[in-house]
Amino acid sequence: MRHLKPFCLILLFSLIGEVLHAILPLPIPASIYGLVLLFAALCLKIVKVESVKSVSAFLLEIIPLLFVAPAVNLIDCWREALPVLLPVLVIVVLSTVVTFAVSGSVTRLFSERKDKRE
Amino acid sequence: MSKFLSSSTFFAVFLTVTSFELGRCLQKRFKSPLLNPILIGAVITGAVLVAFRIPNADYQENIRPLSFLLTPATVCFAVPFYTRLRELRGHILAILAGVLAGTVASMGIIAALTRIFAMDDTMLWTLLPKSVTTAIGVALSEEAGGIAALTTAAIIVTGVLGNMAGLLLCKLFRFRDDISKGVAFGTASHAIGTSKALELSELAGAVSGFSLTLAGLITAVTFSIILEI
Repeated sequence: MRHLKPFCLILLFSLIGEVLHAILPLPIPASIYGLVLLFAALCLKIVKVESVKSVSAFLLEIIPLLFVAPAVNLIDCWREALPVLLPVLVIVVLSTVVTFAVSGSVTRLFSERKDKRE
Repeated sequence: MSKFLSSSTFFAVFLTVTSFELGRCLQKRFKSPLLNPILIGAVITGAVLVAFRIPNADYQENIRPLSFLLTPATVCFAVPFYTRLRELRGHILAILAGVLAGTVASMGIIAALTRIFAMDDTMLWTLLPKSVTTAIGVALSEEAGGIAALTTAAIIVTGVLGNMAGLLLCKLFRFRDDISKGVAFGTASHAIGTSKALELSELAGAVSGFSLTLAGLITAVTFSIILEI
């Protein structure tokens, strides 16, 4: 039964996240509240990392699988997408590549500068 | 037959897991980024749904026992971040700067391109939050008057694209350290990209999980500022 307690804890943080999402008027999903709170609880030693590790490793591993159903859901949005398909695809691809390049490059630049100083 | 399959939870879950696993085997065998397990999984699952005349709405309903794990799984991004905190301490500024620059660049280029393609404001609001995690992006799009279904589609395509092409892009832009890689994956392609970063290393995954959270929050704050004005 050693996986039961970790699972309970992770569900508890998801539940707290859900409650916060319901009562706070912010566009922040339950998962992000839960993530931040679990991180805070780990830092404050309220939750020991060993007591969530086993189940969290499993859940993190299956994340890509959990996105198959949302991807299948795309077959229902053809009607909205078809008239604007080409420009939207161009925008999505270009902006993803640019965001990837800019965010990574700026981080690399800052890290390299810091390394030089040290 | 199709009536039974349209209402079977186990069929939906079995089909999804098997299609994904098949995609994973194909990728292992041929090592092509095009054979992405999420993409292959969705294509096979979609094809089976069409072949057996199972409405997508029924499938989405039946797959909920699997989909509900997405929230607790996202909560778990806190764990690698906490585990690797010591190594990250000295890089917090670099990570913050990267995420901020990437998020601003994302919104900037989308605003510019929607203008170039002469799209209306609805499309601008629809696409503007497409780099952040689905739940935040869709909420923002709806609030601002975008088309939620199309935002979801753009977010998923963005994520799968980051997951597929991320490694190639890291090589292209010469991101060699796990921190730059993590920031790029998390900022550009949210949780779907982060799952790829986690496959690279726990450190890259930790940074990516932090970046996706931060990018989501920055985007949400930017939206509320623009909408207030």
